Amino acid sequence: MTEKFDAIVVGAGQAGNAAAYTMAKAGLKVLQIERGEYPGSKNVQGAILYADALEKIIPDFRDDAPLERHLIEQRVWILDDESYVGTTYRSNDFNKPPYNRYTIIRAQFDKWYSKKVQEAGALVICETTVTDLHMDGERVVGVKTDRTGGSVYADVVILADGVNSLLARKAGFHEELKPKDVALAVKEIHFLPESTIESRFNVSGNAGVVIEMAGKITQGMIGTGFLYTNKESLTIGVGCLLSDFKKQGIAPYALLEQMKAHPAIKPLIEGGEMKEYTAHLIPEGGYHAMPPLCGEGWMIAGDAGMFVNGVHREGSNLAMTTGQLAAETVIELKNENKPCTAKHLARYRAKLDASFVMKDLKKYKRLPEIFEKNHQFFTTYPELMNRAAHAMIAVDGVDKKSKERAIRRSFLNARSWKGLMGDAFKLWRAFE
Amino acid sequence: MHIVVCIKQVPDSAQIRVHPVTNTIMRQGVPAIVNPYDLVALEEALRLKDRYQAHVTVLTMGPPQAETALRKALSFGADEAILLTDRAFAGADTLATSYALASAIRQIQKDMPVDLVFAGKQTIDGDTAQVGPGIAVRLGLQMLTYVCKIEALDLEQREITVQRRAEGGVQVLKTRLPALITVLEGINEMRFATMPDMFRAARHPLKVWDKDAAGIEDATRIGLKGSPTVVSKVFAPTPRTQKAEIVQTQSDQPRDQAATLLAKLFTKFPQLRAEIGRRAS
Repeated sequence: MTEKFDAIVVGAGQAGNAAAYTMAKAGLKVLQIERGEYPGSKNVQGAILYADALEKIIPDFRDDAPLERHLIEQRVWILDDESYVGTTYRSNDFNKPPYNRYTIIRAQFDKWYSKKVQEAGALVICETTVTDLHMDGERVVGVKTDRTGGSVYADVVILADGVNSLLARKAGFHEELKPKDVALAVKEIHFLPESTIESRFNVSGNAGVVIEMAGKITQGMIGTGFLYTNKESLTIGVGCLLSDFKKQGIAPYALLEQMKAHPAIKPLIEGGEMKEYTAHLIPEGGYHAMPPLCGEGWMIAGDAGMFVNGVHREGSNLAMTTGQLAAETVIELKNENKPCTAKHLARYRAKLDASFVMKDLKKYKRLPEIFEKNHQFFTTYPELMNRAAHAMIAVDGVDKKSKERAIRRSFLNARSWKGLMGDAFKLWRAFE
Repeated sequence: MHIVVCIKQVPDSAQIRVHPVTNTIMRQGVPAIVNPYDLVALEEALRLKDRYQAHVTVLTMGPPQAETALRKALSFGADEAILLTDRAFAGADTLATSYALASAIRQIQKDMPVDLVFAGKQTIDGDTAQVGPGIAVRLGLQMLTYVCKIEALDLEQREITVQRRAEGGVQVLKTRLPALITVLEGINEMRFATMPDMFRAARHPLKVWDKDAAGIEDATRIGLKGSPTVVSKVFAPTPRTQKAEIVQTQSDQPRDQAATLLAKLFTKFPQLRAEIGRRAS
């Protein structure tokens, strides 16, 4: 049996689900193939859900999606060994529906999402690995799977197969991932009673808190840590560039253990029972590391296309939006009776360029390189800032002017005037 | 030939843990799987299907999510799938479950007589091994438990010959159809479904039966009402503090080994020797 579909979506993560849902909803004949035992079984994310991207795909998702807590407070901590300086933004505006961000547990969320995809009419096949693309000359015409009779054909194949995107690589659309373009993140979920979480983080009802962390916890590697409140658990994790892990020879779990022992973090997770440990690669190479995004009969969406904004810890929303835009491209072409050739699929690229996705990725295109060459942002500065804060706050009989002078001197000793100005310029360039 | 395979969706017990404080089972986030023993039963039924063109119906009782288990069974090659789901079935113990399943099989018989009923030897969440035999008794089927091999099936004579693992050996048993068979683990390896079967399983309309469709005659015998089992207490056994010790001996003669062991025991428990001496005299 060889069955033909309008579109095949490879992968049932955020990008694949968005694509499959959008096309099925528009009445297209869609096949989605997932390698995992069930959708979500292999998907790992922090995980924060940005409502906006999902709302544009499933407007009433709040009615039945499994959401943990909506976020009303964001803390940013710059950590030294024994201390941190930080900022907090908390607003009651975030505590009024419709909420903007939620913590989620992907295993549950993805099951819900996949059910929506199936209800929309897509055929979802799990536990099946796409091993290869079927080519007709230069054109992708279908996929081969690891099952007997496993060839399936379609007008277009959307590759949403995640960060490693073995398929795109095998087909030669992409080169090998470079260790400097991917971060390796590890996280744990710790169970704690709802009431403990609420009192520890000063929240009630379904409200929650995010703590983003940088500094000494990454031991000089480029990366960040995070702590999110779920309904009855906390997610704590840390991620650094793979190239840095390689260079420093630090084991990711050891890094996380050390972070959990930090005097500011330990009391927050105290008494929790560890329930889950996961590791995942995050494509953080940014704009310059992106592969070609479409061609003859194929498009790439989500992590497979390096759609991650590492600065703002955004990825799932980019995945959803790229999946949706890829789907909309197919729907338009179907309506106009045009084939899914490279020429016509170039519309996908145009849609991406016009969206926040490419605008944000372009904005930070210099950042990965600047951080890679300037590790002081993750080592020297956190230390200096913490020491400065300590000096200003400690009451010890030293006058404030002398303290300020000492702080200035500490910055100059560490980086010199030229270094400080250079760093400021680099940061300005990176974020401009 | 018509075979009914009873399956159950269970939490993956390898991933279940007992809450350290409350001693309750923590099921949250634990994936649901098809009871592994039932998959062995299904594969055995499918092999008979391959050989004798049998019609295989899978039957389960559970919440609506149990649909996933049935679809999986369909993907392996089952022809029909029936889900018994009704709030009235909730809270059933093995007595109430076997009553409900037996009623459903009677309903299935109305369309096509059933020659064989298969079940796993037990489930991994209850471990009772009672439901299969419960069905056999209620339907008056010949009962073959702990089967490790189906030796022969004679459809002319309507006889089946199986090997049954018993204490101290294997029994070869022959009986007449219709029969119920519960199978042991490890006697076969589950097939890998073909892509067309995956498509068929995803699209196949399931039969969803409530208690009336399942032909339940006495509603007091199903669900919690029909379940005399009471779980009065759940506890985690305290780990043993004593450790076992392996005693090494130079000789492989039982007499020397016993002597070494005795010497060890007498050194450790000096009063033991005196006690034995006293009793002997």
